[in-house]
Amino acid sequence: MSIIVNKNSRVIVQGITGSEGTFHATQMMEYGTNIVGGVTPGKGGMTALDGAVPVFNSVEEARKKTNANVSIIFVPPAFAAEAIIEASDAGIEVIVCITEGIPVHDMVTVKKIIDANGTRLVGPNCPGIITVDECKLGIMPGFITRRGTIGVISKSGTLTYEAIDQLVKVGLGQTTAIGIGGDPIIGTDMRSILELFEKDEETEAVVLIGEIGGQMEIDAARWAKANMTKPIVGFIAGQTAPPGRRMGHAGAIVSGGDDTAEAKMRILAECGITVCESVADIGIKTLEVLNKD
Amino acid sequence: MKIHEYQGKAILKKYGIPIQDGLVIENLSDAEHVVDQVRREFNTEAVVIKAQIHAGGRGKGGGVKFSSTKEKALENIKNILGMNLVTHQTGPSGQIVRKVFITEAIDIQKEFYAALTLDRSRGEHIFMVSTEGGMDIETVAAKTPEKISKVWINPLVGMKTFQARNLAYGLNLTGDALKTAIKVFLKMYKCYQETDASLIEINPLVLTADDKILALDAKFNFDDNAQYRQNEITEMRDLFEEDPTEVEASKFNLNYIKLDGNVGCMVNGAGLAMATMDIIKLAGGEPANFLDVGGSANVDTVKNGFKIILSDDSVKAILINIFGGIVRCDRVANGVIQAVKELNLIVPVVVRLEGTNSVEAKEILFNSGVAIIPADSMQDAARKVVNAALGNQE
Repeated sequence: MSIIVNKNSRVIVQGITGSEGTFHATQMMEYGTNIVGGVTPGKGGMTALDGAVPVFNSVEEARKKTNANVSIIFVPPAFAAEAIIEASDAGIEVIVCITEGIPVHDMVTVKKIIDANGTRLVGPNCPGIITVDECKLGIMPGFITRRGTIGVISKSGTLTYEAIDQLVKVGLGQTTAIGIGGDPIIGTDMRSILELFEKDEETEAVVLIGEIGGQMEIDAARWAKANMTKPIVGFIAGQTAPPGRRMGHAGAIVSGGDDTAEAKMRILAECGITVCESVADIGIKTLEVLNKD
Repeated sequence: MKIHEYQGKAILKKYGIPIQDGLVIENLSDAEHVVDQVRREFNTEAVVIKAQIHAGGRGKGGGVKFSSTKEKALENIKNILGMNLVTHQTGPSGQIVRKVFITEAIDIQKEFYAALTLDRSRGEHIFMVSTEGGMDIETVAAKTPEKISKVWINPLVGMKTFQARNLAYGLNLTGDALKTAIKVFLKMYKCYQETDASLIEINPLVLTADDKILALDAKFNFDDNAQYRQNEITEMRDLFEEDPTEVEASKFNLNYIKLDGNVGCMVNGAGLAMATMDIIKLAGGEPANFLDVGGSANVDTVKNGFKIILSDDSVKAILINIFGGIVRCDRVANGVIQAVKELNLIVPVVVRLEGTNSVEAKEILFNSGVAIIPADSMQDAARKVVNAALGNQE
């Protein structure tokens, strides 16, 4: 078991003929992801990844001919919002959008549409998702993961790798690791991932990595307090971030109130989450909560 | 991206929203004839002299002066133009005033607050108005939340007239003022949409003595992601209002924010960069900056990163923390060595490389003969760099 994607996911790559798309699609295929096609308007009829998969002009055509149910998007920011809507309208069930820099107004509109269509979107501006040894979608380095029982949720890329690395070093593997993205508007929030991990039989504990800005970690923690039986280890980046400054991620800006690292850490702890003060403690604390049970 | 009040008002005016109008000057030599022109053009005896900086709290800091006569106006311009204006938003070092806005004086009956921004948790736009204008909206929200009226706008539907009407009723307006306010709110939403604003705040929006609605101030924030399709807005960027080092860093696609400490850091990824700053603090040091080098940590990025970090004299040691996913650590290691050699670095550099080819990278660093302090984990790296900043030998 795992969440969102697995070895049965049939994946198309939107933007497969671009340099990013080609590079990462190749990596994903080597990892074992079942890539069944690609989409680049105007290049339908060609093949990609050294002839391994067909390229289509539209997502609709790709879905009809390959029976794809998952799409990963590597298209430039000016076209990415439309790419998400196209995939959603074509009936794709899970969309992962890696693209960084999509205008916020576009994403507010996209979010309304995918919610109405019932599509699951991960991202944008995210490293993607890995179900260990089954399916990798996005840009995470697959080799750092080990199959195991920990679910990982994070807003950022390299901090996710850091967490996975620490888990592996204390002997813990992962079920699924997911980077949900650091933009103000994203498709899938932390709370809904917690719900999925709670239901997933294989996952025994969850590592939740948040950062300053927004209320998502707090919503997730409150939900977990009421509904979650599995232990959660949490970390919030940005304890030293000054207010009012955007720290890289468009969403990582302290605007006063409950969105500081300090406030989030306090509320997470009140909700029964084991909070790491130092990023270096993520692995060891996870081991501790597992041994406690 | 932020803009000045006078630029914000020009945008509002373009959308047909009534403003307190005026003219801007940068040189003292223009003061006299522009004051004359404002008084003539806007049919006003008194004028208001308003310092143009991006930070708020200008009035309290002495950057906004009512001037009943021409002589007073000229005196106030002389005092404000070029002054170092300190407000609660500029920080203690303040901001030099390079432009002043000379505006018509308005007889005010009531002050309101109006703002449009994104409500992240609902994924919709939120339009807020309050009868408590001229005040800090956070204070109003905390103490008298009943004085704030809100509507949420679905982007697929757009703002509807009933929503604008409800806001206007929330301000207890009647007659022509009510009608104007409804139009102003609808126009504000159009403006917000079309300019890719992330915030429009009019504080105060006023009811004048002769029952007119008018924007006395204008604050805009724009979505940086949309700059590519907002050329007119992007041209309004005022680099003098931004930290020169941060502007320089952005030219190299580096995301840099200066902080007050003495431990510099260079990291790939925003989340890891923040976590690195945090662990430096936990180890007893103070981070000197946030620096995200992004997905490509090659020789040039590392070199430019060093230059940016070292332009801050207070930096006593530097930590490089790279988790190689797609980035190969051996390449980063070579980049670090080359940059350290070429730049003749004298501050101690602690390097922690993890991920793809990290074993090879450690060997490269060890065999280079360059005085780099290698570290194994984030904990180890933080301890070593804080020690190095204190001048302690390991």
